[in-house]
Amino acid sequence: MRPERSFQGFILALQRFWAEQGCVILQPYDMEMGAGTFHPATTLRALGPKPWNAAYVQPSRRPKDGRYGENPNRMQHYYQFQVIMKPSPPNLQELYLKSLAAIGIDSAVHDIRFVEDDWESPTLGAWGLGWECWCDGMEVSQFTYFQQVAGVECAPVAGELTYGLERLAMYVQGVDRVYDLNFNGREGAEKVTYGDVFLQAEQEYSRHNFEYADTAMLFEQFRMAEDACKKYLAAGWQENSKNPSSNQKEHLMALPAYDQCIKASHVFNLLDARGVISVTERQSYIMRVRELAKACGEAWVHTEAGRAV
Amino acid sequence: MPDLLLELFSEEIPARMQAKAADDLRRMVTDKLVAEGLVYEGAKAFATPRRLALTVHGIPTRQPDLKEERRGPRVGGPEPAIQGFLKATGLASISEAKIQSDKKGDFYIALIEKPSRPAIDVIAEMLPVIIRTFPWPKSMRWGARSAKSGSLTWVRPLHAITATFGLETEEPDVVKFAVDGIEAGQTTYGHRFMAPGPISVRRFEDYEAKLLDAKVVVDPERRKDAILTDAKQLAFAQGYELVEDQVLLDEVSGLVEWPVVLMGSFDKEFLSIPDEVIRATIRNNQKCFVVRDPKTGKLANKFILTANIEASDDGKTIIGGNERVIRARLSDAKFFYETDLKTKLESRLPKFEQIVFHEKLGTQAGRIKRIERLAAEIAPLVGADVEKTKRAARLAKADLLTEVVGEFPELQGLMGKYYALAQGEDASVAAASEEHWKPQGPTDRAPTDPVSVAVALADKLDTLVGFWAIDEKPTGSKDPYALRRAALGVIRLIVENALRLPILNTAKSALGLPAKADADALPNDLLAFFADRLKVQLRDQGARHDLVDAVFSLGGQDDLLLVVRRVEALGKFLDSDDGKNLLAGTKRASNILAIEEKRDKRTFDGAPDAALYKLDEEKALAKAIAEAKSEASAAVAKEDFAAAMSAMAKLRPAVDAFFDKVKVNDDDPKVRENRLKLLNEIRAATRAVADFSRIEG
Repeated sequence: MRPERSFQGFILALQRFWAEQGCVILQPYDMEMGAGTFHPATTLRALGPKPWNAAYVQPSRRPKDGRYGENPNRMQHYYQFQVIMKPSPPNLQELYLKSLAAIGIDSAVHDIRFVEDDWESPTLGAWGLGWECWCDGMEVSQFTYFQQVAGVECAPVAGELTYGLERLAMYVQGVDRVYDLNFNGREGAEKVTYGDVFLQAEQEYSRHNFEYADTAMLFEQFRMAEDACKKYLAAGWQENSKNPSSNQKEHLMALPAYDQCIKASHVFNLLDARGVISVTERQSYIMRVRELAKACGEAWVHTEAGRAV
Repeated sequence: MPDLLLELFSEEIPARMQAKAADDLRRMVTDKLVAEGLVYEGAKAFATPRRLALTVHGIPTRQPDLKEERRGPRVGGPEPAIQGFLKATGLASISEAKIQSDKKGDFYIALIEKPSRPAIDVIAEMLPVIIRTFPWPKSMRWGARSAKSGSLTWVRPLHAITATFGLETEEPDVVKFAVDGIEAGQTTYGHRFMAPGPISVRRFEDYEAKLLDAKVVVDPERRKDAILTDAKQLAFAQGYELVEDQVLLDEVSGLVEWPVVLMGSFDKEFLSIPDEVIRATIRNNQKCFVVRDPKTGKLANKFILTANIEASDDGKTIIGGNERVIRARLSDAKFFYETDLKTKLESRLPKFEQIVFHEKLGTQAGRIKRIERLAAEIAPLVGADVEKTKRAARLAKADLLTEVVGEFPELQGLMGKYYALAQGEDASVAAASEEHWKPQGPTDRAPTDPVSVAVALADKLDTLVGFWAIDEKPTGSKDPYALRRAALGVIRLIVENALRLPILNTAKSALGLPAKADADALPNDLLAFFADRLKVQLRDQGARHDLVDAVFSLGGQDDLLLVVRRVEALGKFLDSDDGKNLLAGTKRASNILAIEEKRDKRTFDGAPDAALYKLDEEKALAKAIAEAKSEASAAVAKEDFAAAMSAMAKLRPAVDAFFDKVKVNDDDPKVRENRLKLLNEIRAATRAVADFSRIEG
């Protein structure tokens, strides 16, 4: 299970490294999303004063990036490895560099650089400052100090790391085509490649995303998710049970409401890939998702995990 | 006198911000020193990706003593005023104040002596303020302290502050202060990978030397020199020539503390992509330089990268990694280029129907149609083939929808030319894709091919007239649609190509717009804008802007080429003795007229009466005026401005003689009136060439 031999060994090495730094190792969120940042373990947990350190793999779906399996490194489904540490520790850059060493990237022979790249997610109402991390001229990770998420100021600030797993593994394994990645580390008849696992899926989903996804249904789903999100948000507010006399209300359904926001966002991405959203409408859809995200953030900071002790 | 060393050590500062930050730091610290009475000898600031450094030398050890006299209330003034005075000045009782007398009476005066402070204390007080108010374009919070409001913000997390103050000969003192938990000290750190340990520094000289040992070149200029020299050397050694790129050099030097220049290669097959695309790919995405073959001038299949470490394998891995990335990038670029070639430019046009140019000005498709129509009208005026011009205008912007331009917007136009040539368009039609965007700025060249000129003029005039019609004119420093640049472009196209283009009519013609606007006021207002731009343009070339006014003031001047020629001729004329004297004479006539018109509350228009001339000088002047006027007008009609000026020059002796011998305010009111009318004729005659009243001097 050496990280440079197999894709799975590579993931395991990263998980072990961040587990040793005290992160809870989570499993992927069970919903379709465009990036690991959408996982509530990042979006919502980045808010509020309580410390939070977590790492997880998140399958990321970007319907527009599908290439029917024909492009060597562009896919509509790929993996991100996500680390979030709140508050951001003073040695986060060093931890990141050590994590690279743990997956076989030795800083004595590689040229590792932090190149300005400020991050902004209009759909999440979020922004932060940081870098894209380069290894020998290749962007291998995003490094961001969250300043605002879901329209709420981060206090304290969380540090977020996102590793593009396939790209890094390709570099470490020395292959030029993602589908040639060795997935299980075996050789000969027992070898399973990334292509064995995902090539057919890329072809099928590209067909689906660009040609057949049912747009009438998707428009309806967007509307339903938006309505449901608002409904759950409205229903979740109540008087503070621990301290009824305070005018601090609390929220009891931020997480289910946020699921609907994730849903709406993904449905929008599918509609966008199908090319049925015009340039002007596009902006208004992004705004609608952002409004949901902001309302969820506001609810979250009134929950047990999101508020001050 | 002592020196100050200051270093702010942080996580990686964006390359584009470093130079300004170093400059801001120097300015803020030295301004504050001077404001505190600490006049220094010299200061220099530096930046690397991880630090801002400042050295200020020759700072006095102490501030000078400050003595101030403050005037208080009148002796015997109301008690509250006296109490207030004591409080403000810190005097214990009014007996400590002096009494001073002046015209208004006796007043209390307090002598305030502000004790001078040691410079190090003043510095310790000012630095935290400077750090907290530092003007980063974007700054951030971080870490546990960001939970509280008012925590320090910096461009990226700030880790350490070095601040020492002292004489060259002595161990310097640490300037004691702390910002948000970071204590100033004298410990910094070396290169992130090659010498990450702590380093104790005393003053700038040993700071710079110790960092150099720790693989950090503090001075960005030295890093730039090293990169440029090594890159040239490396290219030369292989028989190539570096394609120099100052902007890239500036950026790359801000990404490394220890530049190590290496050369890599890519597959020759990629050289089938246009050079500009290869360069854009390698430069923008990978921040590497390209090299050319000096014999052919074409790019070679090599690139030059700048690493930040001396790798233990001499850079083999780094080169290999960069080559892989560049191969992938060039494959994408090649794919984009080849995909683009499969689609004819005109079949991209319908997509412009969906692209809004400006909310109030309709779609790109509408704009392209307008440009095509206007370009076709302009074509005969500039000697361009109408059909070619129409085709060029139709295709000129189609490359905006290609993959390569989507990826590299700076290649717009150029790609259009390549694609047009590839689909067999006429060379002039293809060239217009690239040329019609020009001139982009004062240093850019203006196109000369008539087809390109017609499309470029139509493009710019449509922009100007459009934004004028919806009242989006430039104001102050705000010019979001680059209308000043467009107007200057029109001026240069006309003047440099010696075009005769009635700008008012053309602008009116461009007004086939969806917007409702006053069809007369608008072009005139726009003409004034052109006049302004022309003034700026001529002033930049060293011409006098008042001459532009003097010409435009004649009215109806909408032929920019003639305006420029007339201004040139006028300038030459006014440099001659004849010109200077005639101007003086005309001004004198105008001044006398202004006074007399005011006195009599009337004007002195109308022809003078020849019967009332009493002196020869009057008769001579009248004759000279009549001759000069008709000769100058004839010359102007032939657009021979030099001849018009020569004609005017003949007026000078008569004017001089008139003022010499003739008394304007004659006792006979009829004679006086007649003479004033004659003066008015001088003024009128000079208007054949320019409005002399607008000329300064």
